[in-house]
Amino acid sequence: MDGIVIAVIVVSVVGLVCGVVLALASHFMDVPVDERFSKARECLPGANCGACGFTGCDGYAKALADGETTSSNLCVPGGDVVAKNLSKALGLTFEDVEEKVAYVHCNGNCDRSKDRAHYDGIGDCRSANLIYGGPEGCIYGCLGFGDCAQACPEQAICMDDGIARIDVRKCIGCGICVRTCPKHIISLLNVTSKTVVQCSSKEKGALTRKACINGCIGCKKCELNCPEKAIKVVDNLATIDYSLCNGCGKCIELCPIGCLKPGHLEMSHGAQQAL
Amino acid sequence: MLKELAIILMTSVLVNNYVLSRFLGICPFLGVSKKLDQATGMGVAVIFVMLMATATTYPVYYFILVPNGLEYLQTIVFILVIAALVQFIEIVLKKYIPGLHKALGVYLPLITTNCAVLGVTINNITDGYGFVQSLVSSLGCGLGFLLAMVIFSGVRSKLDGPETPKAFRGLPSTLIAASIVSLAFIGFAGIIDNLFA
Repeated sequence: MDGIVIAVIVVSVVGLVCGVVLALASHFMDVPVDERFSKARECLPGANCGACGFTGCDGYAKALADGETTSSNLCVPGGDVVAKNLSKALGLTFEDVEEKVAYVHCNGNCDRSKDRAHYDGIGDCRSANLIYGGPEGCIYGCLGFGDCAQACPEQAICMDDGIARIDVRKCIGCGICVRTCPKHIISLLNVTSKTVVQCSSKEKGALTRKACINGCIGCKKCELNCPEKAIKVVDNLATIDYSLCNGCGKCIELCPIGCLKPGHLEMSHGAQQAL
Repeated sequence: MLKELAIILMTSVLVNNYVLSRFLGICPFLGVSKKLDQATGMGVAVIFVMLMATATTYPVYYFILVPNGLEYLQTIVFILVIAALVQFIEIVLKKYIPGLHKALGVYLPLITTNCAVLGVTINNITDGYGFVQSLVSSLGCGLGFLLAMVIFSGVRSKLDGPETPKAFRGLPSTLIAASIVSLAFIGFAGIIDNLFA
């Protein structure tokens, strides 16, 4: 009987002493956490994707708290909701977020583009690209090993028929795939973009055609017929000035290859959130 | 005296390596050994906590538990004391040495009552070490943990290549590699006594 009483007392006293010491320590050695930091951090989604240009959500929150930046619209995945909350919490002016979505500028799928070599090495784009730009006939085209799909935090990219396809409904516009792709054929487009170019080849028309029958041959039909003068063929590749394009769709009709397509980006995650 | 301490140190680093021979602390060993810098950070944090824990639990055992005949309570009291100690260290580091807190901060809560830390303190008592011997033994165990982490993070960086069969990717190949590294450490058994003879 005595034994158990002493045991209980000893353990309780040890526990109590530990508790008191901890309580005192946390009281006297408390480091005040910057209120603005915790407020900002609460507003951010916590995806740590780095689209804002800082090292994760903590980095952005810290930059806001320390006054390094005052833009509340840097969180692309969070969209307008996060920007609104941030500006409210920190007393900043609300700026509209340009919702973005990643787009793969290539349509050279398996039966459209020809391989120029057989590649049997390590199965990722980065490795394949190191060997003379990879096995694809078109050295600008998607290699299809899916580095971007692996890097995507939202599983928004799938490999279909040898090229990466991005599910705009899942894409949060963080831009990790843009930085991952060794061919640099993925770019971030504003969700308001109406027309997209599905090719990245800067080769002359004949050579492009030889490698892939879905490639832009630089015929300038779109450039000559665009009523808004929004398309220019630069380096044998149609490029769209999105500040001018109104999405009339004339170029899409006229393109003999079919590498100009309607964007259909209004279904995207970011655009849905903005509504 | 010095020779004895050297033997204790080398024994706990190599022969009785906590991870690879006694199989304690496997959770951080598998969890944080993916990258070298993380493995090193975790190892240093474990050394630190092991030393502090031994320095605290030794007096607790000999001045509180033994006089009251409560040796059987050592496990529960040690857990209590170590958990509070780690929390306390974290608060102190945060206040006075923010740099160190930034480096070790992530790992400290992970080790709150890591079985390797508890194992070191209890084994020091079981082996009948004095205070200085206990500290040296804890340092050795911590260094052994760091050594195992660093070696294994090197091994792991070579695992999971494209050649690994799908069924073995991830944990299975990691566990097999861990067992082989552990076998290598069993080769140290018996060499220490002769090393200092």
